[in-house]
Amino acid sequence: MQTVYLSLVLAPLFGAIIAGLFGRQIGRSAAHWVTIIGVAISFLLSLAVFKHHVIDGAPAYNATVYTWMVIDGIRLEVGFLVDSLTVMMITVVTFVSLMVHIYTIGYMHDDPGYQRFFSYISLFTFSMLMLVMSNNFLQLFFGWEAVGVVSYLLIGFWFKRPTAIYANMKAFLVNRVGDFGFLLGIAAVLMYFNSLDYQDVFHAAPLFANAKMQIIPGVEWSVMTVTCILLFIGAMGKSAQVPLHVWLPDSMEGPTPISALIHAATMVTAGIFMVSRMSPLFELSTTALSFVLVIGSITALFMGFLGIIQNDIKRVVAYSTLSQLGYMTVALGVSAYSAAVFHLMTHAFFKALLFLGAGSVIIGMHHEQDMRKMGGLRKYMPITWFTSLLGSLALIGFPGFSGFYSKDSIIEAVHASHIPGSGFAYFAVIVGVFVTAFYSFRMYFLVFHGEERFHHHDDAHGHGHDAHHDDDHGHGHHGGTPHESPWVVTVPLILLAIPSVIIGGKTIAPMLFGDFFQGVIHVAPEHDTLHHLASEFHSALGMAFHGLLTLPFWLAMAGVGSAYYIYMKRPDIAEKTRAKFAPVYRLLDRKYGFDDFNQAVFADGSVVAGKALWKYGDAGLIDGVVVNGSAKTIGWLAGVVRHVQSGYLYHYAFAMIIGLLGLLTWIVVR
Amino acid sequence: MLSQFPLLSLVIWAPILGGIGVLFVGDDSPAKARRLALVASIATFVLSIPLWTNFSLGTADMQFQELYPWIPGFKINYHLGVDGFSMPLILLTTFITVLVVIAGWEVIQYRVAQYMAAFLIMEGLMIGVFAALDAILFYVFFEAMLIPMFLVIGIWGGPRRVYATIKFFLYTFFGSVFMLVALMYMYFKSGSFEILAFHNLKLGMTEQVLIFLAFVGAFAVKVPMFPVHTWLPDAHVEAPTGGSVILAAITLKIGGYGFLRFALPITPDASASLDWLILGMSLIAVVYIGLVALIQQDMKKLIAYSSIAHMGFVTLGFFIVFSILRATESTSGAAMGIGGGMVQMVSHGFISGAMFLCVGVLYDRVHSRQIKDYGGVANTMPVFAAFMVLFGLANAGLPGTSGFVGEFMVILSSFKGSFWIAFLASFTLILGAAYTLWLIKRVVFGEVVHQHVAELQDVNAREFTILAVLAVAVLALGLWPQPLTDVMQASIERLVQHVLVTKL
Repeated sequence: MQTVYLSLVLAPLFGAIIAGLFGRQIGRSAAHWVTIIGVAISFLLSLAVFKHHVIDGAPAYNATVYTWMVIDGIRLEVGFLVDSLTVMMITVVTFVSLMVHIYTIGYMHDDPGYQRFFSYISLFTFSMLMLVMSNNFLQLFFGWEAVGVVSYLLIGFWFKRPTAIYANMKAFLVNRVGDFGFLLGIAAVLMYFNSLDYQDVFHAAPLFANAKMQIIPGVEWSVMTVTCILLFIGAMGKSAQVPLHVWLPDSMEGPTPISALIHAATMVTAGIFMVSRMSPLFELSTTALSFVLVIGSITALFMGFLGIIQNDIKRVVAYSTLSQLGYMTVALGVSAYSAAVFHLMTHAFFKALLFLGAGSVIIGMHHEQDMRKMGGLRKYMPITWFTSLLGSLALIGFPGFSGFYSKDSIIEAVHASHIPGSGFAYFAVIVGVFVTAFYSFRMYFLVFHGEERFHHHDDAHGHGHDAHHDDDHGHGHHGGTPHESPWVVTVPLILLAIPSVIIGGKTIAPMLFGDFFQGVIHVAPEHDTLHHLASEFHSALGMAFHGLLTLPFWLAMAGVGSAYYIYMKRPDIAEKTRAKFAPVYRLLDRKYGFDDFNQAVFADGSVVAGKALWKYGDAGLIDGVVVNGSAKTIGWLAGVVRHVQSGYLYHYAFAMIIGLLGLLTWIVVR
Repeated sequence: MLSQFPLLSLVIWAPILGGIGVLFVGDDSPAKARRLALVASIATFVLSIPLWTNFSLGTADMQFQELYPWIPGFKINYHLGVDGFSMPLILLTTFITVLVVIAGWEVIQYRVAQYMAAFLIMEGLMIGVFAALDAILFYVFFEAMLIPMFLVIGIWGGPRRVYATIKFFLYTFFGSVFMLVALMYMYFKSGSFEILAFHNLKLGMTEQVLIFLAFVGAFAVKVPMFPVHTWLPDAHVEAPTGGSVILAAITLKIGGYGFLRFALPITPDASASLDWLILGMSLIAVVYIGLVALIQQDMKKLIAYSSIAHMGFVTLGFFIVFSILRATESTSGAAMGIGGGMVQMVSHGFISGAMFLCVGVLYDRVHSRQIKDYGGVANTMPVFAAFMVLFGLANAGLPGTSGFVGEFMVILSSFKGSFWIAFLASFTLILGAAYTLWLIKRVVFGEVVHQHVAELQDVNAREFTILAVLAVAVLALGLWPQPLTDVMQASIERLVQHVLVTKL
């Protein structure tokens, strides 16, 4: 099987190398073929692996590929752990990646960086597979950083745009703040477990359940709490949890296909995956779980609010992603890891669908991203419209759709939890349902229904959004009539719409209440919230019908209804509300001030500190006082050296020999 | 273990003789001088390969030893040998020198033969430093090595080269004088100049502290550690590209090597009681210098400061052993720290060399090192941009590149010593990425705003070859560091055991 796993991982890397290094020689279509074939091989192999492990019931595979280094008696290795969690992740990753690869043919059609783009997204697929298939912390960190780098390269793909190259640096640095914690977490793991291998660590974990450590002298903390919180800080960076969420909205500067692949479906869920993988550790610290829970709740609720006031179609979806990642994190906090991973999976499909749908709208609108200039697109872009509707219904958790099963399970699990913070979390996820429905259908109505606002902007077209025109592709700049996208765009939409609708109902029974994650995800009996749900669960269909009677459903309907009323019937209400609650609006518009704070304190603060240290430390104290203090000496020496310098090399060689002889003479004669 | 074949002597003297040969060819026929220099440097590199392939793993004893009396009256010997610490550094030296010769190929038009000769002679002397097992032999190489570097900066350097060379000279000279005194003292005590004999020499605490401080004086300047680092940015700025590469890639390593070969084994008790000094200076290098690097406007200065910050990991890793011992009453993790410091040295040799070569490529075209004179280089030099981004990411410690390996090992190791040391060291994740990526953003990305950037030509075959070779090295070491750590393993273990035994 090792050959299969290796080929699965290396096929996209091979495609990325060919397209990246030889892109110019092989041309555009060869570049997309070689990468698409690479990812297709990965997808087909992951289906085979899925069958092998899930359907045929093969045991988990855990083996080393090669030894990275041996030091201090510790073997650091590169290897694969393939169990049900991995299998699910690789199937989702390779499927969404394949869809995005195909979609890119249409979206990036005329971009001069076509080959480079394909190389990057294949490289991303490789990195993500390394991350999820790892059997140790070292390789996890490799994949973790590698996806971060590809994200950096892709956000800054249009490297001429100042906003893009600002956003990509910001993304990388904010992620590095998370990795700061993550790396310390890994160091803590190594210190206590003396191994970075998952199996060794998870086996030994219970021994450390009550271990204490002192970070501040005299104050004892639980080893597991410290370790888990440090690891989770890494997840907060990658999975964009407050306050490390600030990079994700800006990452929308990247081309839309990667927003779907990286910043919605896969990379940003790496944190969720990681915590689920580490469930044997997190289960040992209720404090850490509470921390996770509260962070997740804040993200789920407050990022949702921001979605309401955005006018850029991609930013709405981005804030929605933040909020949904918050839901997943909440699920982790209440030990409903399988619900988190389940939501991760359904979200990957419907959010990729929504992003690619938004991308299709952007192409159709000739690179317009402002929803205020759209409207009534339903009749011009029927496939995009219908698939986006399906995606939105899945997102708001309409009973029967995928998102319903995963989100409802999370809400119920939170309801059943009793750890500190669960009360607030329940409030956050319940209110979040209304908010989600409201911003989702606000977007839906503004884009696909109502009056057509774009015709009025025909002439202005191409000026308002200059930045977005540079090199996207050459579809537009003429004519304002929207058009449906080519088949390479619509087919992925349709293929993503199918799982967005059905996958939740099909898989909830085994994933949440069956033995799918048996032996992979560990839940301590006192934390087991899904257990309560299992007793009430009979069938997916039954759950959907029951869902019609629950509070979340009516909140979602209220959200859709309010969006319809406000944005379709009485647009004046939105204006009036904004005027009336101007301070609230300003707070939301400034994204709660996180960006301003970070810029003022961390970015500018570092520069000021650096300048001060340089000026007063290096130049002032060390050079000014100590080194140049003997300025006279230097002046004198300078005269000598200037003289010496005018000579030829053999003079120096001569001087050198004289010097050496002098030294030796001194030793001998002394 | 005396080997029959004087391989080390050959590796030391071949480039020196080659350099003298190049001098005889003279500046009048530069093409011939270049070719001869290239042949000599490649021959040296090839000669040095058996040091690695015939190296016996599993022993910390000196290998490829050569021992001849030199000044018998004072028991000064021509004694050479390598272990797991020095062998990789010798290979690094022979490898980088080849690249430096190629890098100066068309760029240097003024006194070509002397330029090439200086680098070849310097190569031999630096290998001598790593291979010497006699203290006086070491000292002679250690001092002599400065002269060619002094000349390289002084003759082919920038406008403020006089200031830079004097600063460089003063710093390193004052540093090493005290070391000479310490070496003499130990000679009187032990009756020999054998470095390995010093390792087993009983020394009282006061003696150890003084000797230790003398070593710190000599080696901290070389590394360079805060606060004796200010010569490095000036030297780099004024040095020609080749000089910067050698300075960053090799010369700094001599400081780190000195701590391993002298300070730690000769004065273990002083090292243990004064380790806070080294740890403090290392951590200041990471945080303080990281912040200073952030605001540099000159690309070479920025990379020079980045070098200082990265070298902080070397000294941190070497001296973390005592904290670990105090915190955990075991040495588990110490080998990872020392090994991490060693890997960091080799890796920094590749990455800093590559970064300075990248700046050299730009400087040769635009004749400016100022960041503001660039921007949007990726538009006109896409291949170069790819290299610079790769090396930048390696400089920021990206896993999969060599820059990650050493920092990772040192951070993991220092966590065992103290949470707070690891905490401060980890700031490199943020600061290292911040100054490197900000540099990349301002130089490589963005719109072209300057006419001279719009007219840039991408790298030629010669530049491509150098950068590609380094890129392969950076990735290979990052993806599979085991061959390097295996070589060092036995030497590290012996050193850890050695420093635990008190000499009092």
